[in-house]
Amino acid sequence: MIQLRNITKTFGDVLANDRVSFTVEPATIHAIVGENGAGKSTAMRIAYGFYTADSGEILINGQVREIRTPHDAIALGIGMVHQHFMLVETMTVAENIVLGAEPGSTASLDLRKAGEEIRKVSDEFKLSVDPNATIETLSVGQQQRVELLKALYRHAQLLILDEPTAVLTPQEVEEFFAILRGMRDQGKTIVMITHKLSEVLAISDNVTVMRDGRVVGEVKTSETNAAELARLMVGREVLLRVEKPDAKAGDTLISLRDFSIIGRDGTKRVDNVSFEVRAGEIVGIAGVEGNGQTELIEALAGLIPGSYVSGSITFAGRDITRLDARARKELGIAHVPEDRHRRGLLLDFSLAENTILGVHYRKPAVMGPGSILLDQTGINRRAEQVIRDFDVRPPNPVLPARALSGGNQQKLIIGREFELPPKFLLVSQPTRGVDIGAIEFIHRKIVEMRDAGCAVLLVSAELEEVTALSDRLLVIHNGKIVGEVDPKVTTNEEIGLMMTGGRA
Amino acid sequence: MKLLREILFPLLAVLAAFVVGGIVVLLIGDSPIQTYRLLIGSAFSWPDGIGYTLFYATPLIFTGLAVAVAFRCGLLNIGAEGQLYMGAFAAAWIGIKFAGFSGWILLPACCLAAIAAGAIWGGIPGLLKARFGSHEVINTIMLNFVAVALVSYFTQYHYKTPGDPILQTVPIGTGAHIARLGKFIPGLPERIPLNLAFILAVIACILVYVLLWKTKWGYEIRATGANPTAAEYGGISIRKQIILAMAISGGLAGMVGINEVLGYRYRYYDGFSANYGFIGIAVALLGRNHPVGVFLAAILFAILLRGGIFVDAYTIHVSKDIVDMLQGIVIILVALRPDAIFSSLKKVGVMKKAKV
Repeated sequence: MIQLRNITKTFGDVLANDRVSFTVEPATIHAIVGENGAGKSTAMRIAYGFYTADSGEILINGQVREIRTPHDAIALGIGMVHQHFMLVETMTVAENIVLGAEPGSTASLDLRKAGEEIRKVSDEFKLSVDPNATIETLSVGQQQRVELLKALYRHAQLLILDEPTAVLTPQEVEEFFAILRGMRDQGKTIVMITHKLSEVLAISDNVTVMRDGRVVGEVKTSETNAAELARLMVGREVLLRVEKPDAKAGDTLISLRDFSIIGRDGTKRVDNVSFEVRAGEIVGIAGVEGNGQTELIEALAGLIPGSYVSGSITFAGRDITRLDARARKELGIAHVPEDRHRRGLLLDFSLAENTILGVHYRKPAVMGPGSILLDQTGINRRAEQVIRDFDVRPPNPVLPARALSGGNQQKLIIGREFELPPKFLLVSQPTRGVDIGAIEFIHRKIVEMRDAGCAVLLVSAELEEVTALSDRLLVIHNGKIVGEVDPKVTTNEEIGLMMTGGRA
Repeated sequence: MKLLREILFPLLAVLAAFVVGGIVVLLIGDSPIQTYRLLIGSAFSWPDGIGYTLFYATPLIFTGLAVAVAFRCGLLNIGAEGQLYMGAFAAAWIGIKFAGFSGWILLPACCLAAIAAGAIWGGIPGLLKARFGSHEVINTIMLNFVAVALVSYFTQYHYKTPGDPILQTVPIGTGAHIARLGKFIPGLPERIPLNLAFILAVIACILVYVLLWKTKWGYEIRATGANPTAAEYGGISIRKQIILAMAISGGLAGMVGINEVLGYRYRYYDGFSANYGFIGIAVALLGRNHPVGVFLAAILFAILLRGGIFVDAYTIHVSKDIVDMLQGIVIILVALRPDAIFSSLKKVGVMKKAKV
C-alpha cells in the first residue's frame, strides 16, 4: 500500500529520520513502535505531507508519489488522526467532517446530504456516531471516532493513527480496537504509531521498530513478543515487570476523613472519601479518568482552595486541611503532577531553574535563611544532582525544559520532587507519554522511595502500572472509593468492573 | 542561538523598518539619505545631540522597564501613561506643599512620592485582576483617562499660578531640584535638561535586572508569567505576584516624574508626556523585555523622537510623522515571531531542494 524508501529528515542538527525504509502491506494493521524521539511521528508526518523529506521517496501502490502537503496525501487516499484532536468544539459532527471539503456548490452548503453520507460511512464501519451531535457533548472516545470518520469520509484507504489510545480508557481501547479490526477486514490499511507494547501485540499484523531515527527491526507480530520488541526499541534488555519486595509498612502517615471536594460547577468531584497511607507503602488508586482522581491529588497537594473541600486531612498527627501548597511541601509532601506541561514545568525556564520550583525561596536556592538573593552555585549544584541521579538527558542545566523529551521532562520533575526529600509522595500518571526505558527507571525510583520509608499515593490510568506498583489498591468511581483490592491477587476484570461502578 | 535570536532579530527589524521607511520617503519625493542623516545624524552631535537624546531616552527607559516587568509576569501594562502622570503630579505636589524643606528631605520625599503614586496607580488594576479577575488591559487603559483628567483638574483649580495662561502648577521648592548633568560634565552646558534622572534610569535598569533574575521575588514574578498553573503548583501566590508586578511596573512609570518635574521643568506642566507610556510598550517589545534591550531601544526611540524635529524642519515633503511610521513598522516586525519566519523560509528552501 505504502512504502517509504530511504527517507532522511533533519531538523537543525538533529537527524530525525535516517534512511528510513519500510513497507506497509494493504489491508493490514501495521504498528510503528519506538521510544519518544525515535522518529516514528516524523516519518508518518512526512508520509502525510506535513514535513518534506530531505531525501528519499514514498511509493503508493508501487508508484513513486510526491506528497508535499496534507492535501496531496488526502488526494492519494491517506488520512491521519492526530494525538490531539483537531475538532471545532462548538460545531456538529457533520460540520466538522465537511470542514475543508464542503459539499454542494460553492455558495451553498448541503449539510443534509453530508449527514446522510456520514451516517452511511459510520454504519459501514460500526462507528455509531451521530452526525448531528455537537462535538463538546461527545466523550473523548467518540471524538476520536469522529476523527476516523473525517478521514474515511474523504475516502482514505490508508489511515495513520498517532498514539490513538493515549486518551482512551481501557474499555474504550477495546471498543476502538474492534473498530480497527473491522476496518481492516473491509480492506482499509492502518498504520498505528505507539509505544505501548501490549497494544502492538493485541492489534497489529506487522511491526516496524524504530530507534534514534532508524528502522531497527521489522517483524510479524505473530512471531515476536514484548521482550524482543522492548529490546529492539531501547537497544538493551529491559525489565518489563516491576520487581519489588513486600512492603514493610510503618505507622499511618496521612489519613483522610470524610473528605469531599466540590467542583467549580458545584458538582461533587470527590465524595466522602476516607482512607490512609502508611509510611513505606504504595497505595494505588485505580479508576477511569475523570472520576475524581485529579481533584483528590490536587487537594492533597494543597492546590484546591479550602472553600471547595470538606472533611479533614491529617498528616503525621497534624490537621493540614487548611495549609497551602508551600506549607505542605515544607512538611514533606511532594507532588508529581499528572500534567507536566501545565503544572509541573516552566517550559521556557532552564533545567536548573526548574529544579528549584517550589523550593526557590529557601536553601540551597537562596544565599541564606531570609535572603532574597538567589544562590546560583547552590541552584547549579542542586540541578546537577537531580540531573545525575535521575539520568536527565541531555545533562545540560542551562537548556530550557522545552528542549527535553517527555521522558526526560518527567525524570526532571520526579528528580526535583524525590530529592526534597519527601515523607509523602503524590504521584499522578508518572509514566504518561514516557518511553519504556524511562518507565522502568521511574518505577524503580518509586519503589526505592517506598523502601526508604516514604508513603506513596499513586494514581495512574494504566491499570497494569497501578497494579504492578501498588501494595494496596483502592478503586475510585464517581468520586467514591468503591473498594479495596489486593493487587497481587486481583484481576483486570475485577478492577474493571469496580471502576465502572459494577460493584459498590 | 538564543543570544542570536535576542539580539539579531530586533536589529534586523529596525534595519528592515528603515529600508521600508526609505522607500516611502523616496515615494514622497525626498532623499532617504538626507532624511536619515537628519533623523539619526543629528543625535550624535556634541553636546546638544547627545545631551538631548539621552534626555529624551530617560522617560522611555522608565516606561520601557515598567512594561517589561509587567510583561515578565504575564501582564500587559497599557497604563504607564496614566501612572507617569500620577507620579509626576505627586512629585510636584510634595515639592509645592513642602517647598520650604531642606533638599535632603524634600528631594527623596518627592522621588518617593513619584514612585508611590505610580505604584498605586499600577497596583489598582493589579488588585482588580487578582481579586476579581478583571482584565488589566482594559483597566489600565481606563485608568489612563482618569489619571489625565484628575491631574489636569488639580492643576487647573488648585495648584496653578493665578493668571498664568499655561496649564501648569506653581514651581516646586528649590530643594527638590535635581542637578543637571552639565554641572558635572565639562562641555555639557546646563541649559540642556539632561539630569541625574538619567543616571537613576540606568540604575533602575540594573535593579530590574537583579530583581528579575537574581532574587527569589523575580523568580516568582517570572514563573507566574511563564506558567501560572505551574507557579501555583510551586507554592507561589499568583494573586500576590500580579499585584506586586503591577505595582513595581507603575512605580517605574511614576519615576518619569522625577526626570520631568524634579530635573527639567521644576513644576508640573499639564500634558507634558509625548506618549512616553505608549512608546514604552514599543521600547519593551523591541528590547525583548530585558533591561539591556530596553535601554538600547529607548536610546533608539529617543534618537527618532529628536531627529523627527529636524526632519520636519529641513526636508521639503517629509514630516516628523515618519518617526511614527518607523516605530509602527519596527513594532510590527518585532511582533512577528522571527523563528516562524525563519522556519517558513527554510521550508521553502527545503521544498526547492526536494524538487530537484
